[in-house]
Amino acid sequence: MISANLSAVFYLISGVLFILALRGLSSPETSRQGNFFGILGMIIAITVTFFSIGNFSTGFVFVVIFLLAGGLVGAFIAYKIPMTAMPELVAGFHSLVGLAAVFVAISAFLNPDAFNLGTPGNIKLGSLIEMSIGAAVGAITFSGSIIAFLKLQGIMSGSPITFKGQHPLNVIILTSIFVLIYLLCKSQSSNIFWILLVVSFLIGFLLIIPIGGADMPVVISMLNSYSGWAAAGIGFTLENTALIITGALVGSSGAILSYIMCKGMNRSFFNVILGGFGGTDQLGAKKNTEQRPVKSGNADDAAFLMKNASSVIIVPGYGMAVAQAQHALREMVDTLKKNDIKVSYAIHPVAGRMPGHMNVLLAEANVPYDEVFELEEINNDFANADVAFVIGANDVTNPVAKTDPQSPIYGMPVLDVEKCKSVLFVKRSLSPGYAGIDNDLFYKENTLMLFADAKKMTEDITKNL
Amino acid sequence: MEIDPFIFRLSIFILSIFVGYYVVWSVTPSLHTPLMSVTNAISSVIIVGAIIASLSGNSSSIFNESSIFGFLAISLAAINIFGGFLVTQRMLAMYKKKKGKK
Repeated sequence: MISANLSAVFYLISGVLFILALRGLSSPETSRQGNFFGILGMIIAITVTFFSIGNFSTGFVFVVIFLLAGGLVGAFIAYKIPMTAMPELVAGFHSLVGLAAVFVAISAFLNPDAFNLGTPGNIKLGSLIEMSIGAAVGAITFSGSIIAFLKLQGIMSGSPITFKGQHPLNVIILTSIFVLIYLLCKSQSSNIFWILLVVSFLIGFLLIIPIGGADMPVVISMLNSYSGWAAAGIGFTLENTALIITGALVGSSGAILSYIMCKGMNRSFFNVILGGFGGTDQLGAKKNTEQRPVKSGNADDAAFLMKNASSVIIVPGYGMAVAQAQHALREMVDTLKKNDIKVSYAIHPVAGRMPGHMNVLLAEANVPYDEVFELEEINNDFANADVAFVIGANDVTNPVAKTDPQSPIYGMPVLDVEKCKSVLFVKRSLSPGYAGIDNDLFYKENTLMLFADAKKMTEDITKNL
Repeated sequence: MEIDPFIFRLSIFILSIFVGYYVVWSVTPSLHTPLMSVTNAISSVIIVGAIIASLSGNSSSIFNESSIFGFLAISLAAINIFGGFLVTQRMLAMYKKKKGKK
């Protein structure tokens, strides 16, 4: 048994180590060390908890058993998961943090003595508020992440699910959460506590179903943020510094990522949350107005264009992840490089289904990270490049965002792909992208459409090079 | 008059939000996915609360209605801790510089 002061110092140390863990991610070189700091912080926090309780009886054995059981499952998942499934994995992990927060809150509510919070039915007011906020946010994180997971996994349709009166209903439910917390503080009734949890689960579910697949980067970041706030709420309840620091870090991290993602789509956060991108009226107006001619080609044509180029910029998108084309792409690039062609990659902030999704896939395929550039870094280079190879991206290359104020994506930062001498666009069909609008790029003079599966087309091009 | 300890915790919380704000802005965008998985792992430090909850029972009844939730939370958080850190490790190991090419 160690004193409360000493354990508080250790919790502070582990909080600082978590800050260093995030700090390490400022560059790939320091990132591995950062991850090590994170692990160290976690080990310190857990060990200190054991010593401060000082109870190494049968209960302790069970704790270790449950810990190792969960740990084995986690380790197994971490080694088995393909990199393309990273968004689903992260959504799934968020749901677990949320549920764990709920469970801890329930336990604290049922047995407040163990946490020094008072007695059942007579819990300190401050603690009760903190724990109900932690529980409510945790429940929202849980059910929201489950929906995000199902949508990303394709079990649930990625298209927005909307119904009449959705927004008023959500507002009513959100308000009722505050009312319930108020009532809970007045009455300390466990019934109200359970109702609060059920209502929070419900609102998490309702908040995420109207949000479509391509908005998932925002949703995942937002849920990341929520999981942090839930942890912080529990941290206040337990008066634990490590949890408070971590909750604040994770909360602000998720919030910043959501902000970056929203900016990448030129949409306000509320606009994304309210769901349904590119209203149906827009879709109907633009559809079938004209059949414009496109130039389509095959792998041979594409190989010919690339062989004669001196610089090529690759623009990957979600389609590359779906087709698992990253390795085939890397092989193609290797062949290009052997022919002394300069190759770089251009990543739009919202390419893929989560922040940094494309970067991870390219890293998996052994693409050196110093060949991969962000939008601002590379956008001026398109004018000097010979070939842009768009693989699985669509809306993020649409010049309409710069030219047509009527378009729903007007103002969104896009990659200036059309400035290249020629554009190769790998796509399965001419269908519009997620935003439901036609891509002007398809019909440009210098665009060659390659209608095929991204992976197969890339392999065929490599053969023809 | 003495200051309520809550105020100290609130101060830590607010300052940590600012630390988080500046630290996260300095994260390179190409590492945003590892950032999410590592924040996932560290937010599972909630396991601390789960351990306290699960050891709240006395020796005659290790599993009571409150500690059961603690044990469940331990497993969930442990999945996240191991899964989160290991998958981050796996991802970070893939980021290589050009010079390292064979």
